[in-house]
Amino acid sequence: MKEFIFGRLTLDAFKHDMIEYGAGVSMGLVAILVIYLLTVKKKWGWLWHEWITTVDAKKIGVMYIVVLLIMLIKGLIDALMMRAQQAIASGNQGYLGSEHFQQIFSAHGTTMIFFVGMGAVFALFNLVVPLQIGARDVAFPFLNAVSFWLFAMGALFLNLSLVMGNFGGAGWLSYPPLSGIEYSPGVGIDYWNWTVQIAGVGSLFSGINFFVTILRMRCPGMTLMRMPVFVWACLGTAVLIIFAFPILTMSLALLTLDRIMGMHFFTSDFGGNPMLYVNLIWAWGHPEVYILVLPVFGVYSEIIPTFSKKRLFGYHSMVWAIIAIAFLSFIVWLHHFFTMGASPGINSFFSIMTMAIAIPTGVKIFNWLFTQCRGRLTFATPMLWFLAFILIFTIGGLTGVLLSIPPVDFQVHNSLFLIAHFHSVIIGGVLFGFFSAFAYWFPKVTGFMLNEKLGKWAFWLWFVGFMLAFMPLYALGLMGATRRLDHYAADTGWQPFFIIAAIGGLVIAAAIGCQVLQFIVSIKQRKSNRDLTGDPWDGRTLEWSISSPPPFYNFAVTPTVEERDAWWEMKHKPKEKPVYKDIHLPKNTSMGFWIGVAGFFFAFSLIWSLYWLLPLSIIAIVTLAIIRLSDEEVEYTLKAEEIEKLEAQHGTHS
Amino acid sequence: MEHIVKDHELYRKTVFGFWVYLMTDSILFSVLFVCYILLHTSNFGGPTTHELYSLRLVFAETMVLLTSSFTIGIARLYASRQLVRQTLIWLGITFLLGLSFVVMEGTEFTQLVLEGNSWKRSAFLSSYFTLVGTHGIHVSFGLIWIIFTFVLLAKRGMNEHNFRRLTTLGIFWHFLDLVWIFLFSIVYLMGAK
Repeated sequence: MKEFIFGRLTLDAFKHDMIEYGAGVSMGLVAILVIYLLTVKKKWGWLWHEWITTVDAKKIGVMYIVVLLIMLIKGLIDALMMRAQQAIASGNQGYLGSEHFQQIFSAHGTTMIFFVGMGAVFALFNLVVPLQIGARDVAFPFLNAVSFWLFAMGALFLNLSLVMGNFGGAGWLSYPPLSGIEYSPGVGIDYWNWTVQIAGVGSLFSGINFFVTILRMRCPGMTLMRMPVFVWACLGTAVLIIFAFPILTMSLALLTLDRIMGMHFFTSDFGGNPMLYVNLIWAWGHPEVYILVLPVFGVYSEIIPTFSKKRLFGYHSMVWAIIAIAFLSFIVWLHHFFTMGASPGINSFFSIMTMAIAIPTGVKIFNWLFTQCRGRLTFATPMLWFLAFILIFTIGGLTGVLLSIPPVDFQVHNSLFLIAHFHSVIIGGVLFGFFSAFAYWFPKVTGFMLNEKLGKWAFWLWFVGFMLAFMPLYALGLMGATRRLDHYAADTGWQPFFIIAAIGGLVIAAAIGCQVLQFIVSIKQRKSNRDLTGDPWDGRTLEWSISSPPPFYNFAVTPTVEERDAWWEMKHKPKEKPVYKDIHLPKNTSMGFWIGVAGFFFAFSLIWSLYWLLPLSIIAIVTLAIIRLSDEEVEYTLKAEEIEKLEAQHGTHS
Repeated sequence: MEHIVKDHELYRKTVFGFWVYLMTDSILFSVLFVCYILLHTSNFGGPTTHELYSLRLVFAETMVLLTSSFTIGIARLYASRQLVRQTLIWLGITFLLGLSFVVMEGTEFTQLVLEGNSWKRSAFLSSYFTLVGTHGIHVSFGLIWIIFTFVLLAKRGMNEHNFRRLTTLGIFWHFLDLVWIFLFSIVYLMGAK
């Protein structure tokens, strides 16, 4: 009976070591502080009506950013703990047990890829895509809210595992048979599994949503070849999500069936095949790399023309490069495990395809450089991030080409060389790109500018910190240090390199500290930093044609586009008096939130084997979906006179 | 159809989005097909494909499902003529056919498990149960959807929302039929001799 009610949940689940208690207590304190502030300032109603029940893509984008910043700090703490351990553990055990160390590197990867990386992708999708295509919202606003809440619940699971039970220790992709029930009987792998599964389903919905949005909701005149390259990049990303994420969903589902139902897909006995999982997960995993980086390529394609006062060089080749990268990313997955022992023919095919990806990527790099050539360049923070990107991403790209050669890969497979390579592309590419985008679109979203001085400090600290933290890892990898080491022999002579890397980690922490400070200072000084024009960077695309922050209906009058760089053309033409029309907008709903909550209990019951809660949560999800789908009054009308009044208040420049 | 649908943009983007969703669903199934094709010989000393399958039952299941695809097509045709009663009748027939399909499949599964050939027996049986079962879960989900549409149609009549629901339901149902044809050919026909 007790087992029926509590499943695997016993008091032992709450027993941890001091470090985990510390994490749990500090999370609890932050939660209490937030609840206290909300209560004292009487903001619960505001939180509920303005944020939790919203279906406005702009607000959902901001919520993605909130989650991703929290997760970035969590992932950073994981990284610092690992760096500290490896700096100490030369010839001794260091301060972390190996069990704990395994959980940390698994959680670090999961956090950074699924919540920071994907969070950045969806934040940019939500904040920028509708505005750039001249749309009032996304194709399915309610589905968008569901996506966000599933994403947020995934993040919640990751943090919950610190307090209740533990997290998986089998790496960020949890290869079987180690992640099977036989070798990982605890709840850790299940936490990992459902963290990723729930967030992944949310991502899949977002992919469908933005694919339809971009193809169906562009304003009149915006043909495919007049879309900003950022939108093209998002379209490519959405296609990748649509093709890749179902594979992730299914691989995780099969792992679950192995663990819960006693099936034998990936077990090492009864005819199962662990390498099948590795193939499937990378058939998703490699496109995932491009899901993260394609939007960033789009970001730079917006930022460089703006800060060079020039049209983007080679628009058509940019678009075809995106399409080529998206296509090639599906036929390279085997390069993640050349050591599997496939025949030389197969390894060669995947090796050549991997090298081929460098060609369209190179096209993009050269296009950005040619865009700057003879431009009138200004170096605001977004451009600084680009300069660091071009250096670090190219280093990462070149080491990637090295790794694509199977004999080289056999030598450095699973070494710190690989770690240094993918951090170069993911930090130098994705994260720096996101920071660049953050600085660039921040005034559009909030209505005031970020503090430039602290932004530059943050940039330089990040750049130096990155070099200190990751260049030693290239050397260590070549010296034979494998990844995921919790300790090593002193006579390897690796310790000095690990100490430099740890110092680099601290410099990066200081950089993030600077960014937090920049954020706070900018909010404090917002009155003197207001963006009243709506177009602070002298931009080229439609999002700069409306006020900052944009009104909730985005465009008072749906724009008509005649050329690429639509806003650049528009602002150099005489203005016409706007004619307002009634518009339809989606009503707020709490259903997205409740479906997220029901999804939480669904996964929670499976993690802890609470088989009475499972059917209840399924019934809850179906019932909520039925209630929502039978509702036919999901929109309201904003009258033309109303818009005219609101526009006069906003004091827009158009 | 033109006179029922008022908000054409909503109708078109929903149907288009639904097609995109089906694309993701077909990738879901293709993963399962890949697993089945790779694992169907990994019987680990247990029964092989041709010892298990009974083509007679599967033939009946196929006929029932194909017929249900035909009946839901008729329901949709009546819907575009705004004949609510006839639509409801053919939707009801589709439901009964779908239900008998699920019952037949459930019987087949129960028999297998009772004979000691459950999904725990071998990798082959794991992949068999998962592939066929995922299709079965989809059909069961479709049945809930038919009830949902049936009730709304009976209560609210033929408005543009119900018409849209019927359209997407119809596409979904035909899609399940298509998946079944692959399932029938790859799993049962190729495994039965």
